[in-house]
Amino acid sequence: MALHDGRVVIAGAAETTTVGVRPDISVLELHAEAARNALDDAGLTVADIDGVSTTRPSPVEVAHHLGIQARWFDGTAIGGCSYIAHVRHAAAAVASGAANAVLVVHGESGRSRVGAEVRMKDTSSPAGQFEHPFGAVYPYATFTLPVMRFLHDRGYDQESLARVVVAQRKWAIDNPRAFRRKPITVEDVLSGPEIAYPFTKDMCCVVTDGGGALIVTTEERARDMRTANNLVHILGAGEAAQASMVSQMGDPGSFGAFKRSSAEAFATAGLTPKDIDHLMVYDAFAHLPLYGLEDLGFVGFGESADFIAAGHTEPGGSLPMNTNGGGMSYTHTGMYGMFAMQESIRQLRGEAAVQAPDVEVSFVQGVGLFFSAAASLVLSNARP
Amino acid sequence: MSLPLPTPTPDTQFFWDEVAENRLNVQYCMDCARHYFYPRSHCRFCGSGDVEWRLASGRAHLVSYIINRRVAPAFADYSPIIALVELEEGVTMMSNIVGVEADPAALTLDMPLTAVFEEREGRVLPVFTPAEAR
Ligand SMILES: [Zn+2]
Repeated sequence: MALHDGRVVIAGAAETTTVGVRPDISVLELHAEAARNALDDAGLTVADIDGVSTTRPSPVEVAHHLGIQARWFDGTAIGGCSYIAHVRHAAAAVASGAANAVLVVHGESGRSRVGAEVRMKDTSSPAGQFEHPFGAVYPYATFTLPVMRFLHDRGYDQESLARVVVAQRKWAIDNPRAFRRKPITVEDVLSGPEIAYPFTKDMCCVVTDGGGALIVTTEERARDMRTANNLVHILGAGEAAQASMVSQMGDPGSFGAFKRSSAEAFATAGLTPKDIDHLMVYDAFAHLPLYGLEDLGFVGFGESADFIAAGHTEPGGSLPMNTNGGGMSYTHTGMYGMFAMQESIRQLRGEAAVQAPDVEVSFVQGVGLFFSAAASLVLSNARP
Repeated sequence: MSLPLPTPTPDTQFFWDEVAENRLNVQYCMDCARHYFYPRSHCRFCGSGDVEWRLASGRAHLVSYIINRRVAPAFADYSPIIALVELEEGVTMMSNIVGVEADPAALTLDMPLTAVFEEREGRVLPVFTPAEAR
């Protein structure tokens, strides 16, 4: 069976019962809640699952916690896009028969830090020696760093970033699960507290607790599942990595790993940006949708901010983008990739809080470890 | 919280020893004739192990930056300008810009910079300052 002919599917998907502020629940239990919800969606039990992928805690710990006797594990940890890469790996596993049904699961107590591991900075690692000593420690002071070059090279400015926030907030206003829902103007965004110039508070993602899970299996096996008439087909996938540190990314005005992971996803799907009805671009910060639109080929060099300003990505626009509100308005546990996929799946199933019309093919673009890794998926509600 | 200062490894020890003497060195590949950074035993471009250390001129330019307005307490005494700088030798480094106001009006992309050396809690770091301010 080929990996990209649409016969590998996502047959169940759900987030934790609520996302946002969850001081009531530990990291492990966030995984469990998301997993139970996804199993319920498909009408499965843990006995039906024989593959588990997650980042931290390890897939072994999570499988044991859930009571799954797995025969296939994936713990690829490439930051927030890990789970998007996991779906690609899981698709390969079920296509080859190495697993029958893989649970891809994420949970993170990013805000409340309940049962969360303490992250120690290793002062002898490359980043510990050559980035952290200069204050480039927190995401808002590191992931953000290339943007002045991006803006400068295109004649853009701080307002270009603000427009991204305004466009995405329009999707969040009517989404009851979104963390930030207040209508906002460019002036509001620009006058907000400065976190790391040129980024103000609303240009940075929210910090939340939550999780999500999905089940990857074959279309054939999914025929007996509750979601048999609501399957999401994997048409294409790609992953890529670049430098392990933001200071070594090469051209800071473009993200090569975005270009390469998306090119492979388009090529394996046999599609081009013109065929995409709905787009999710991982937005930990306001510059990422701009890089995404250009590096994925939806617009040309220097056209991303104008495309957003013209309303194309907003409700009613030609390319609905980040339709849950994105990481800046919806939720961001620390690793947002799972939530980007969940929103694609909801849109393809016609179940989104704010549904875009006629979504048949959706593209999910993830980024991980600042500008280090990327993963992409082309998903559809029909097999070609 | 104390300052996160670099702990050298055998492959980076020479770099930090030299920085402690106010000299900035980068590695050079004899096979593909390019400088590279961060230090390691082989060329990052072609994989060759035929590499040597070369003293850098210290001349650089500003590639990109942010001004950190939420500085962690440990960094309170130091420049909030976190920058990507490109050395004349062609390698890019993370650093701080010192000797200039933390104000976008004072920070023009591509402006010429010069390496200077700043002691922080007993360890020396290479930072950069506008070339004309020297
Ligand atoms: Zn070389």
